[in-house]
Amino acid sequence: MNAVANFVVVAKSGVLSAVLVAALGLGIVFVTGHVQASALHDAAHDVRHATGFPCH
Amino acid sequence: MASRLLTSALFAGFCAGLLAALLQLVFVQPVLLHAELYESGQLVHFGADPVSANPDLGGIDLMRDGLSVLFTALVYTGYALVMVAAMSLAEAAGATVTARSGLIWGVAGFVAVHLAPAVSLPPEVPGVAAADVVARQVWWLATVVASAMALGLIAFGKGWVAWGGAVVLLAAPHLFGAPHPDSFTGTVPPEVAALFAARALGVGLAAWVLLGAFCGWFWQREGQRQGAAA
Repeated sequence: MNAVANFVVVAKSGVLSAVLVAALGLGIVFVTGHVQASALHDAAHDVRHATGFPCH
Repeated sequence: MASRLLTSALFAGFCAGLLAALLQLVFVQPVLLHAELYESGQLVHFGADPVSANPDLGGIDLMRDGLSVLFTALVYTGYALVMVAAMSLAEAAGATVTARSGLIWGVAGFVAVHLAPAVSLPPEVPGVAAADVVARQVWWLATVVASAMALGLIAFGKGWVAWGGAVVLLAAPHLFGAPHPDSFTGTVPPEVAALFAARALGVGLAAWVLLGAFCGWFWQREGQRQGAAA
């Protein structure tokens, strides 16, 4: 019960939202910047070089 | 809370991403296309004859440049989601977040994500020699995480223990050393590679400062709008 109460407090304080939103952002950066699948690599190639990601 | 975070981050990331894409296409892309002429062997550095420093680079490639605009907007939207989330936590802890203070958030983001990794792993043009890509990605990620933590400690830490820890976190990735190739096999002239690294960093700084200001501005605006609606 305590755990549920704590969870509600955390969610209300916005920490949980912030963590989830940040995780979504990191996921987008990872897929666009770092995944080496060749279709993604080719499409994002110029951006990866221009933004300083290790590319190939 | 979640809708305020998502809305402000999507607007901020998209605006900054479009401006970043424009800056990249004008300032970085021509240098990249120039380097690719050496990567593909169409131009040869230190060949028998001197090579023109101003080759024909072609015009706009709608498909290629369109994808670049799309992916730049995506990358900066990703960064915006992380930055707005961090701003919301800072505000909850008592910091003031505005478009003006967002400028400093932007500079800090640039230092963590672009400048710190570039100190040991400079932005690479196509056709330069480099170590294994996975090793470089791991080092890049570790450096960004360590540098972001260091800047957080400098901004929000209190006392010399926090600040000393920040210095250690900033220096450690470079003392450890980034993965570098065993031999140099790059075909691109150093003039082109240096200009590329400088342009990539300059455009990165401009884009991140814009991103920080947009994140601060949209975060406040969404707060007022949702506060008025509630």
